[in-house]
Amino acid sequence: MWKPEPSDVDLRYLVEQDQLTEDGLLQAYRTMCTIRAFEEAIAERYAVGKTPRFDMASGPIRGEMHLAVGQEAVAVGVCPLLEAKDAVVSTHRPHHHALAKGVDPGRLAAEIFGRQTGLCQGKGGHMHLFDRELNFACSGIVGASFPQAAGAAFAFRHRGEPRVAVAFAGEGAANHGTFAETLNAAVLWQLPLVIVIEDNLYADSTPKWAGLAQPHQFQRALGYNLPAYLVDGMDVMDVRRAARRAIEQARQGRGPSVIEAVCYRYRGHFEGDAEEYRTREELERWRALDPISRLGGRLRRLGWADGDRLARIEAEARDVVAAAVAFAERSPLPDPGEALTGVFG
Amino acid sequence: MRKLRGIAAAIAEAVDQEMAADPAVVVLGEDVTYWGAVFGFSMGLMQRYGRERVVDTPITEQTFMGMAVGAAAAGLRPVVSLMFVDFLGAGFDQMFNHMAKNHYMSGGQVAMPVTVLTAVGGGYGDAAQHSQVLYGLFAHLPGFKVVVPATAYDAKGLTTSALRDPNPVLVFGHKLLTGLPFLPFEGLEEEEVPESPYTVELGRAAVRREGRDLTLIAAGLMVHRCLRAADRLAGEGISAEVVDVRTLVPLDVETLVASARRTGRVLIVDEDYQSYGMSGELAFRIQAGAFGALQAPIRRLAVPDVPIPFSEPLERAVIPSVDRICEEARALLGAAAAASSP
Repeated sequence: MWKPEPSDVDLRYLVEQDQLTEDGLLQAYRTMCTIRAFEEAIAERYAVGKTPRFDMASGPIRGEMHLAVGQEAVAVGVCPLLEAKDAVVSTHRPHHHALAKGVDPGRLAAEIFGRQTGLCQGKGGHMHLFDRELNFACSGIVGASFPQAAGAAFAFRHRGEPRVAVAFAGEGAANHGTFAETLNAAVLWQLPLVIVIEDNLYADSTPKWAGLAQPHQFQRALGYNLPAYLVDGMDVMDVRRAARRAIEQARQGRGPSVIEAVCYRYRGHFEGDAEEYRTREELERWRALDPISRLGGRLRRLGWADGDRLARIEAEARDVVAAAVAFAERSPLPDPGEALTGVFG
Repeated sequence: MRKLRGIAAAIAEAVDQEMAADPAVVVLGEDVTYWGAVFGFSMGLMQRYGRERVVDTPITEQTFMGMAVGAAAAGLRPVVSLMFVDFLGAGFDQMFNHMAKNHYMSGGQVAMPVTVLTAVGGGYGDAAQHSQVLYGLFAHLPGFKVVVPATAYDAKGLTTSALRDPNPVLVFGHKLLTGLPFLPFEGLEEEEVPESPYTVELGRAAVRREGRDLTLIAAGLMVHRCLRAADRLAGEGISAEVVDVRTLVPLDVETLVASARRTGRVLIVDEDYQSYGMSGELAFRIQAGAFGALQAPIRRLAVPDVPIPFSEPLERAVIPSVDRICEEARALLGAAAAASSP
């Protein structure tokens, strides 16, 4: 859902309307750069030992890997508006949400590398990340995030706490019955829930036109009588505008919302994906809408950053990620005996 | 002491008392208010605690199981009603991929204090999709504790333990033990059950009747059928010991093995499907601990590997009955006699 790029006059108007600050937008830029650098670093390390034959079990990072390069604006448009006490339930593609929620990049990387120092001491892995203090969780099962976030929202509402729960899910996941079921329950009980549909046009390899009966998932939400926003997921300001309304509404006890953010993943569904289902040209068209360079351009037009400052932020983000990956790589693997502990608490 | 008939009132009382003690306890599920979750496990709770804490959910197992996962992680202690265990198919992903695993996968960060109350079993003509027990499925999956009460005393004490446990615990209440007026009843007619809260520890089997010649091992309804079989066998001069497993996870292997070593002969009676289930698991554990003391191969009587049929003679043919238990017990003794003869 590409929206027109605002003129200089309109840009200032939108910044004022959305109460955006220089610090806030620079921080959004920094977080998106960190996510981009993190995902690219993971891609690079994941590829080690996987050529010439692609073998998921070889190399320093084992198993499947789903990266979110291109989708940074969705996470950064939503998560920085949340507090640590607010819950996020993410998906099989969770790194950008985790980083935007404030999860430590080193412990995140260490979990992806299966190390003892990881978020879950190596028991979770890339699709099963948990950070109790930040109320961050995810699931590798498509469609599983909706009811779990609703459950957290139920607990918050039950105790009368001004906390919000956010479920992230793809547009393919929203074909799952849990989307409809959760919308019904969340509206019925006016839960402080925000559902963010990260619509990257492909459910694994299946293009949206082959999997959705309507153009968009937010249309289904309308039938449940709740606010549903369609936003430009390649524009962090547009995502943030809807997210701010939805989160405020939830926090004030006025019920749930749905945000559908149309975006694009630059890499395959998984690392190793041959991507037969799409064209190079399509990817290039979406790259022209890159969320990081679009925000960078706006920061320049606002006079809040020049090229040097943006380059410095990008370099700092790469340093943070390099340190995180180095921490992961020098961390010990867990003791095999740990495998038999912790089934029950 | 006050007397109860059946497990339903006992389970509801345990939940009631835990709700009174802990505001974090909430009840979720289909028909949990007016109908007391149909099989009575939540009866009377809505009248005491209101709809805020006793919540009728839409008929959406996957979503209310998932909500229990999210709510438990956020500090509530949900009690979830799965009306018939047969309906787990509609909610199983959230149960086995999340409820049972999030504590482990999170490296111990996420607690999952969820109690699932579910009604199980056949014998009243409800056929293939409303008559299963299926506890073996859950016991197979790491991360669930599996409780199968046979008496009202145990039902209350085990349910209280379940609600106080920091892990997901499933309480399998047999429909023919509930004591509800619309179902047959095969439990104890009058049972002393303390009114004040108490716990029965998870992981302790109970010897319900002592005997010398063989051990009958069972859970839930089958404990009562074994006790009736033991009565009948006693009239034939056969002394049968009856052991109630009580909890499949954790499993009290010690009590099972000790009984097997005393009697030398074991018959496992199981209302679950025969293959890859409780009967095979118990047989393995017992032979590993009592091999030298066994005088005959362990036998089992379980639902043969077919769905539960509707028509009465068909249903009777597959769910273990007192008659069939007696036949199997006699055969076990005959086999033992044959094995020990020259």
